[in-house]
Amino acid sequence: MKQIVIISGKGGTGKTVITGAFAALARDKVMADCDVDAADLYLILDPEVKESHIFKSGVTAFMHRELCEGCGVCKTVCRFDAVRDDFTIDPISCEGCGFCSFACPQNAIDMRTNISGELFISDTRFGPLVYAKLGIAEENSGKLVSLVRQKAKEIAEDKNYQWVIIDGSPGIGCPVIASITGVDCAVIVIEPTLSGLHDAKRVLGVTEHFKVPVKIIINKYDLNHDMTKKIERWFKDRNIKILGKVIFDEAVVKSIVEGKTIIEYSNNQVTETLRIIWRLLEEELEGAN
Amino acid sequence: MEKSRKLIISVASGKGGTGKTTIAVNLALSLSNVQLIDCDVEEPDCHIFIKPVIESRHTIFIPVPVVNQNKCDGCGRCQEVCLYNAIAVVNKEVIIFPELCHGCGSCTYFCPHKAIEEEKKEIGIVEIGKSGETQFVHGKLNVGMMMSPPVIRAVKKHINKKKTAIIDAPPGTSCPVITAIKDTDFVILVTEPTPFGLNDLILAAEVVRKMRLPFGVIINRSDLGNKKTDEYCARENIPVLMRIPFSKKIAEIYSRGDLIIKVLPEYNKEFQELYKKIEQVKVNPT
Repeated sequence: MKQIVIISGKGGTGKTVITGAFAALARDKVMADCDVDAADLYLILDPEVKESHIFKSGVTAFMHRELCEGCGVCKTVCRFDAVRDDFTIDPISCEGCGFCSFACPQNAIDMRTNISGELFISDTRFGPLVYAKLGIAEENSGKLVSLVRQKAKEIAEDKNYQWVIIDGSPGIGCPVIASITGVDCAVIVIEPTLSGLHDAKRVLGVTEHFKVPVKIIINKYDLNHDMTKKIERWFKDRNIKILGKVIFDEAVVKSIVEGKTIIEYSNNQVTETLRIIWRLLEEELEGAN
Repeated sequence: MEKSRKLIISVASGKGGTGKTTIAVNLALSLSNVQLIDCDVEEPDCHIFIKPVIESRHTIFIPVPVVNQNKCDGCGRCQEVCLYNAIAVVNKEVIIFPELCHGCGSCTYFCPHKAIEEEKKEIGIVEIGKSGETQFVHGKLNVGMMMSPPVIRAVKKHINKKKTAIIDAPPGTSCPVITAIKDTDFVILVTEPTPFGLNDLILAAEVVRKMRLPFGVIINRSDLGNKKTDEYCARENIPVLMRIPFSKKIAEIYSRGDLIIKVLPEYNKEFQELYKKIEQVKVNPT
């Protein structure tokens, strides 16, 4: 079983569209949406939820006003600016360290478990999909990402499937790190813009830091041919494989509006390129055994 | 209503790549007496567009505990008070996992033998500079580091209350965004009218509502998609502040790191209008 994650650094370069295409093209696979902040893959995979699990993670301080004598120790020790002037707690700023609760001489502060999100195991027309919804303004998305990946891996092992295909999140921080550690390949989707390349270089730094093998897709490459050439050169110089270049096509937006993957929606240059890209990726990873 | 206080406006979105940076840089540079603050410290891009001259740099550290083995008797109090499981005491020996530490300081405070001290661990930098008359601040999280909020907080310390501040926030709906938009006067949520854009707009709007911040929406690439985003905003009474139709010209201007207001000066007025609308919405919230 091989795990592939699709990342980009910069948002909106086409991670979910490409993950959806791989879902339609790969055989024997489980999909995992690890963009738990803003999970979108389910919108084109139309899942039927089989199981859902409440995700509890971390704690938040709760002040019992009737016990508080206003000594202010909590406010002094808190480094996250989460104790208000009236000694109530701002739950959004609270990082759940518990310092105030341990330090309070009146034992007036409880630490309460957070319901941080929900995890779904589902079936789709392309196979199982594991995804999650982080609660509104909740934290610990890294832990939820790890849980989504663990469930997806269990299903793949159980069914003896070949692939786990992971839709990652933008950025280089905690959820991205949780989604790439230990995968067989990270596919970085780059758009031909200065910011696209700048952000891809940073996320490449993260994959190198965690020793994850990388391959590249340039998406919407015809929006700036000069930039595309620059990106190609930059990655070729570093011996990083470019799997292919996908043209900009409004059909992609239309496929999302229809709730379909681009592979189902049309048969054009975009789908042809994506088929070749998937075949190439499959060969490369199967050969890597 | 005090007139002198300047607004702090944050530009956010649930979905990435909807045009936050485009809005933030063009809005900032269409105004005078303004500061542009890039809080997307994982992937800061504003500097690409405004090409600032950097005048000072500060390294950002978080405190991480270090145990003085001579003073430690292995009592385990530090492990008890660390709710992040960043400290384990095995056979009276303290093991610290710095990547799990949030730097709360609890272990140092409660150690009965004063055996724990804090060491500074570098997690990023803040750079301050100028582009023409526009003041510029951004932060960069070091590659391989997990936690961006401390860097975002460090960036926000440089907000100058005498100037209008435009904050470019990171995408998503969790801690980094919350840290970036906290204590701002108004949030612009940038979206695109696709099912992905709408799904993530709804999540972002819920976050902003939970934080009780006034907000409005900008619909970018407004002709690529469907009408559902407009319907949602109308139903929820969310003001649509601006619509930018898709244009290959704008995409190309963006791709080479240029400003829309420089290449297409007619947009200057549009962004100034945007600012006026925000002032109005802020004064007369729906």
